[in-house]
Amino acid sequence: MLIGKPSDIPSSAITSKDRYLNRRRFLRGALSGAAAAGAAAVGAERLAEMFSPRIGALAGTKLETVKSPLTTTGEELTPEEYITHYNNFYEFGVDKDQPAKNAGALPIRPWTIKVEGKVAKPQTFDIDTLLKLRPLEDRVYRHRCVEAWSMVIPWVGYSLSEFIKECQPLASAKYVQFLSYIDKRVEKWTSESNISWPYSEGLRMDEAMHPLALLTFGLYGEVLPNQDGAPVRIVVPWKYGFKSAKSIVAVRFLEKQPSTTWNDQAPNEYGFYSNVNPEVDHPRWSQKTERRVGLPFYSQRRTTLMFNGYGDQVASLYTGMNLKKNF
Amino acid sequence: MKRSTLILLKTLTWAACLWPVSLLAWGAITNSLGADPTARIALSTGYTTLMLLTITLAITPVRRLSPRLGWLIKFRRLLGLFAFFYGSVHMLTYVALYAGFDVNTMMADIAKRRFITMGVAAWLLLLPLAATSTNWAIRKLGGKRWNRLHKLIYVAAACGVIHYWWQVKPGVLTPAPFTVVIAALLLARPVQGWLLRRKVQAVAVDQAS
Repeated sequence: MLIGKPSDIPSSAITSKDRYLNRRRFLRGALSGAAAAGAAAVGAERLAEMFSPRIGALAGTKLETVKSPLTTTGEELTPEEYITHYNNFYEFGVDKDQPAKNAGALPIRPWTIKVEGKVAKPQTFDIDTLLKLRPLEDRVYRHRCVEAWSMVIPWVGYSLSEFIKECQPLASAKYVQFLSYIDKRVEKWTSESNISWPYSEGLRMDEAMHPLALLTFGLYGEVLPNQDGAPVRIVVPWKYGFKSAKSIVAVRFLEKQPSTTWNDQAPNEYGFYSNVNPEVDHPRWSQKTERRVGLPFYSQRRTTLMFNGYGDQVASLYTGMNLKKNF
Repeated sequence: MKRSTLILLKTLTWAACLWPVSLLAWGAITNSLGADPTARIALSTGYTTLMLLTITLAITPVRRLSPRLGWLIKFRRLLGLFAFFYGSVHMLTYVALYAGFDVNTMMADIAKRRFITMGVAAWLLLLPLAATSTNWAIRKLGGKRWNRLHKLIYVAAACGVIHYWWQVKPGVLTPAPFTVVIAALLLARPVQGWLLRRKVQAVAVDQAS
């Protein structure tokens, strides 16, 4: 079994929130010195922060990472501003800009993941244990939303399979389900949609064990901002974004395919598999093309790739399967 | 109403109606339309269309509340035409940035995707209304026929709301406020008509006795 040397984060490597904010202030100062227009924008940003403080946020804390051979090359990274301010996280509001404003309320410490179901023995993992389980890798992935926009995101994490090995699933476990945090006192925006919570997603066991499936703790080398699914989420780069559940609190190993949120909500629109597939249209729009986030309106369109461009690695998982039927 | 007040109010209405498209134009020039500019343009123009349709539909029931509000009629055409303008920009956004001017794509979308079918229907219903908005057209058609034709705005608004519901993900409730307000404004018409008839009847009965 592959057990990497635990990469402990020395406390000296962790930037305190105050120092992190100071660094930001320094950068802002430099900016405002540079341009008057810039200064106006910075002022607005500061005001915005005053009105929506990031409660208990660890976001921005540097993570110690190693390079990964599984990283995607040849793509320009989407600016961090967009990755962190254009989110679908309906527990914090249905508009794309709401999670960045509201997710500060998410209590990311203490945090545990409960492991249940077909396992040798149910256990609970603490987030700080998980952070040290394997070396954290920098992995750039394309991210394709089912709504037909896409980003390129430098995630930080390690293969989900490494965590699953620690869970010791039984041979009878054919599927794995991920449940997201839910507390309607914290996530007051759930009434904006008519969805049954908690958010649930799932993978077939062989999909979950694929090295590209990532247990994710950060992006751009830093701890995940809450709106991006802090403190720990799943990233499955060859599937539509909604398959990558955020802010995970429970992992269940199951014999049968679990019910999953969007598939329950509209089975004709969101399949259980939801592999990125330009040949299978969403009922409301074509999936042949996508809009790359962060580009001007006249140059956003690009062709969508089968399995989001990860076909060489993952197509074999679906040999003999009718992907039009099992979309 | 004094002429100067009317001119001032009209100027303000023009400015308010031009504001959303100015923001988009400025954003497009400075490349500051956010993460997904295409979606931003589509959502913003669609939202403004529904907003202006709602305000246009509100004119008549609000006017009926008091004889002192009669002057509101002077703003109805302006608001309606701006609703059509935003609807057209919304449509053009789809044609250019979603369908890439490809006729086959558009035909397939209209045939297959009901929210697009409904959106196109709403725009087509507004088209004759915009075309007959001049004084000349009103004279030519005659008030009665013109009025009957322009009742199409009720259907167009309903199509617009359905288009919105069919566009969002199942379970998302963002179209609810527009639905409630537009439904109320459409219902206000028969309700106000009924109240008026009752009042007239009461007066008639009073006079007869």
